[in-house]
Amino acid sequence: MIANILTNRIVNDIAGGTAQGVIIGLVALCLVLVWRATRVLNFAQGPMAMFVTYIGMTQMDHHANFWVAAAISVAVGFIFSALTEIVIVKPLYHKAEINPIVVMVGMFTLLEAVASAVWTNIPRYPTAPFSSINFQSEGNPTGLSPLSTFQIGAALAIMTLVAILFNYTSLGLKLRASALAPEVSKLLGIRVGRLLTLGWGIAGAVGAVAGVVISLNPGGLAPNMLDAMFILGFIAAAIGGLDSPLGALVSGIVIGVVMQLINDYWNSNYADMVAVVLLVVVLMLRPQGIFTKNSTRRV
Amino acid sequence: MISISHLSVAYGAIVALDDVSIEAPTGAITAVLGANGAGKTTLLRTISGLVKPRSGSITANGHALIGERPDTIARLGIAHVPEGRGVIAEFTVEENLRLGALGAKTNVTAGLEEQYTLFPVLKERRKQYAAQLSGGERQMLALGRAMIANPQILLLDEPSLGLAPLVTQDIMNTIKTLCANSGLTVILVEQNAKSALKISDYAAVLHVGKSIAVRPAAEVAADESLRSYYLGMAE
Repeated sequence: MIANILTNRIVNDIAGGTAQGVIIGLVALCLVLVWRATRVLNFAQGPMAMFVTYIGMTQMDHHANFWVAAAISVAVGFIFSALTEIVIVKPLYHKAEINPIVVMVGMFTLLEAVASAVWTNIPRYPTAPFSSINFQSEGNPTGLSPLSTFQIGAALAIMTLVAILFNYTSLGLKLRASALAPEVSKLLGIRVGRLLTLGWGIAGAVGAVAGVVISLNPGGLAPNMLDAMFILGFIAAAIGGLDSPLGALVSGIVIGVVMQLINDYWNSNYADMVAVVLLVVVLMLRPQGIFTKNSTRRV
Repeated sequence: MISISHLSVAYGAIVALDDVSIEAPTGAITAVLGANGAGKTTLLRTISGLVKPRSGSITANGHALIGERPDTIARLGIAHVPEGRGVIAEFTVEENLRLGALGAKTNVTAGLEEQYTLFPVLKERRKQYAAQLSGGERQMLALGRAMIANPQILLLDEPSLGLAPLVTQDIMNTIKTLCANSGLTVILVEQNAKSALKISDYAAVLHVGKSIAVRPAAEVAADESLRSYYLGMAE
């Protein structure tokens, strides 16, 4: 009975879809963190994560083990994103909204070009410390492998950490206040500028985790590895509501599962299209996203 | 003691404050009265560093404030309760208060206890979102959040705004008590001159960007000729 459930086609699709969905959710979370903090849509989020993943994971060529390489990616992800905020984004806060968008799109192109030049377009395959062969149940494959279990676990762990940081710590309270009410926060003595930089840094670290996890997929580590994921993450963030970290996670998983089901039962060519259709439907019915509380902000 | 001298502020071509000089003595409440658009809010925003003046100087307890960042000025012991109270609606009462202590780097636990003693209603509602508070409760929260920083100077922008007369009276009395108990220097900006003059020691009147008088509050209250200025009916 249990064996039947574990190897059931739909259950397998849900499990496999969840593994990809949490990664989409992770990418969406980065977007939400940056949007909430500074009202900038970071179109370069994907390439930024790709870039720092390269910097860390290529250390494995120099005999670093997987965990050290991943830790380097995350640390560099934090620093790189924080520096981007200080050097590139900060001067744009009081300019027209289109300015940061144009700059971040430029950064997108630049980083992919540099990555191709330095590391070539040929994918690399970092050796994961986990097998990608699915668990078996009474001789039949289930929907999860040790690797995808690790991917889900890593994504959920990092999201939990972010949730605890933002909701249950003093630093999180200051981060949320700086994002919600920067002027009032300044009047209370909060160093808002510094906290916004920190917010970008945290988003960069989360993005690096997404990059490392995705580099273990069959597509490997490549300059454009996050492009498709970024679009899906963007759709997830828009569907969940750009202000809602929980919405990012849930809609990421939903998109992952729906796409997996379409892949399996219909035609893989339609999977991306359905994600876009989902976005259009949600934006028509609930433009603020599903998880955004529809309240006027009074400060 | 906070002393403002020859302060001029302009937003582009529009002059908001024109050569304003006001002194607010230590331990006293100084009311700044005036009609809508007289520059009252601009005055407070310039003191706390949100607005950069064109010229003039502001000193508070020996620190020159012009050019300092708002968060630095706040940590110098200057608390500013902005127009509309600045309570963060998405935060609970307790989160708002904690934020005040965190910004000023004062002890959170001791501060909360102190403010809850001062404002028992905030203790009752500490887990509620600020959005659910009444206007008077929000003003108390804004005051508590300012006081948890142990400031020496308190800037209040229209605390009576949108409050019923009885609630206004209550808030004004609270401000008076806070000032008397802690030696706080208060600048109280108000359109509601009557309520403000009742609790103030001194009063200045702003009229279209110019300061008219800094005199004992009782004198200003008795001066019929000034009344038209702060009621906004002067030519």
